Amino acid sequence: MAILTPRPDAPSDPAGIGPTVIVRRRNSGRDGGRRIGSHVLLLVLVIYFITPLWWLAVAATKDTSGLFSGTGGPLWFDKDFNLFSNIAGLFEHQGGIYWRWLGNSFFYAITGGVGATILAVLAGYGFAKYRFRGRNAFFSLLLGAVMVPMTALVIPTFVLLSNIGLVNTIWAVILPSLLSPFGVYLMRVYTQDAIPDELLDAARVDGAGELRTFFQVALPLLRPAIVTVLLLSVVGTWNNFFLPLAVLSDPNLLPVTVGLNNWQALSNAGAGGEQVWNLIVTGAFVSVLPLIIAFLSLQKYWQGGLSLGALK
Amino acid sequence: MALTTAANAKKALSPPRRAPRRTGIDRMDRKRQRWGWLFVAPFGVVFLTFLVAPLAYAFWMSLQTNTLATGTTFTGLANYVKAFSDPIFLGGLGRVGQFALIMIPAQMIVALVAALVLDNLSTALSKFSRLMIFVPYAIPVVIGALMWGFLYSPRFGPATDIFGLIGLAAPDFLAKGSIFASLVNIVTWQWAGYYMIIIYAALRGIDPAIYEAARLDGANGRQIALRVKVPMISSSMVMVLIFSLIGTLQFFTEPQVLRAVAQGAIPVSYTPNMYAYSLAFSYSQFNYASAISFSLGIVVFIGSYLFLFVTRKQSGLK
Repeated sequence: MAILTPRPDAPSDPAGIGPTVIVRRRNSGRDGGRRIGSHVLLLVLVIYFITPLWWLAVAATKDTSGLFSGTGGPLWFDKDFNLFSNIAGLFEHQGGIYWRWLGNSFFYAITGGVGATILAVLAGYGFAKYRFRGRNAFFSLLLGAVMVPMTALVIPTFVLLSNIGLVNTIWAVILPSLLSPFGVYLMRVYTQDAIPDELLDAARVDGAGELRTFFQVALPLLRPAIVTVLLLSVVGTWNNFFLPLAVLSDPNLLPVTVGLNNWQALSNAGAGGEQVWNLIVTGAFVSVLPLIIAFLSLQKYWQGGLSLGALK
Repeated sequence: MALTTAANAKKALSPPRRAPRRTGIDRMDRKRQRWGWLFVAPFGVVFLTFLVAPLAYAFWMSLQTNTLATGTTFTGLANYVKAFSDPIFLGGLGRVGQFALIMIPAQMIVALVAALVLDNLSTALSKFSRLMIFVPYAIPVVIGALMWGFLYSPRFGPATDIFGLIGLAAPDFLAKGSIFASLVNIVTWQWAGYYMIIIYAALRGIDPAIYEAARLDGANGRQIALRVKVPMISSSMVMVLIFSLIGTLQFFTEPQVLRAVAQGAIPVSYTPNMYAYSLAFSYSQFNYASAISFSLGIVVFIGSYLFLFVTRKQSGLK
């Protein structure tokens, strides 16, 4: 639009302004039509993406009979509001094990995610800023590993862990979650661009050791990438299903994903006392809130960051 | 994608030409470079323990066969011969191949269209839409599948009401004939927003002056989108495609969770990963399950490399 701003020294020729105005109006009319079309399309997309969550929020306020035959239908509230009694039910059912699962999920996601991020930051820095023997070979291997489907590792990891007696312990979930080749790749790419060698050399000339250079000079510059890798690995561990499903059998150690899946399988199998549909729905609703809130409140950190690898 | 940057990285980091003479500073420098190993070592340990070791061990296990009569014996590649002539495994591979052909384009089209539309707008509604389209990424896959299981179910879901409005009977989303489409829908819902954000960020990275130039050359909005914007973000598109290809071939969570509500429609061996899981944990056939896992890994690895090779022009891979 800057182009259309008349220069102060432009001649005030009405013949020159006239056509411009007409052209602009015609343009804005066409643009207006397209803008309406775009907004309608966006609304359709938003409805598609948000309806399941709306259903979940509404369903969490119903008791089991309301879920089956609520007065407002599946997409509207029932005449009874049972959210709090459902939450109370989560505290009662099987001794409140749901909250333990939720706690486990947090614990695994934080330890696994933070651990994976620390390893990725260190390794990314090492790959980007040092030319040690074997570096290129190792990095090529790592790039190949990005293509290895992580689920193909689950069964062999299970067998390995059971050989050393770690199956059915928290370590069986946390230790494999520390592996994040993609995180290392992202950190290397980012470190290379964000930290000039001259800066590190300057720190060294000033007498800083290698560790001090890393912690005090490099680390603060890496913050956007660290937040991104942390977010990706926390979400990855929080989402993980196949690994805990395979390596954990103690109900007290399960993350909320596996636990709710077990409740659902039992409820479908149909034994009367095991049918806890309202608790499954409310449990699912409560468990998605923390991550949704985190994503909405941390917008400015992840919006650019998620595309780090692609922008190259 | 990955390899592009690796190539650039190599170029950028190849040691500068040095004087052939070894000086004291040079020796000190080489000593310093060893710090690199210390930084990489912690990750290296995890890499060896939880990637290289399981892979090597799976390969070793897959070369053996365990029977009640003879115990564990070394049988070479027999398990692989068995796997690649096992109709269940091949059927599962074929199925995830079909999923890849339908699901990846579905996700890409939704993500690309949403990103292109959002790139043209800067209204409050567009900002809100961007967030809402992305939100399913924050939902764990298990919860997403559970939720859609309820929505599909004739007992809980709104389908009966919605189709009733237009006087139709709701289709049975969990029947054998429709479960494929139902799964495609779940995955598209879950991931399209994440891919949209990646594509959107790439679009934002384009210099708008290019659009002005195209407009002066007489290009209209659609031409700019398809002929200017899409080619300029092709490396991001390749990255998104490779993510979704790797994800689709190891399809597990959604069908595994939906199995409980659609037992007739999803057999235990629906995908290769589900097959390996049931072999290992229902039948204790760990050797054969390892061979299946390893074979799947090889197929995914070769598939992704072939894909990167085919798209090397778009991704900039030389």
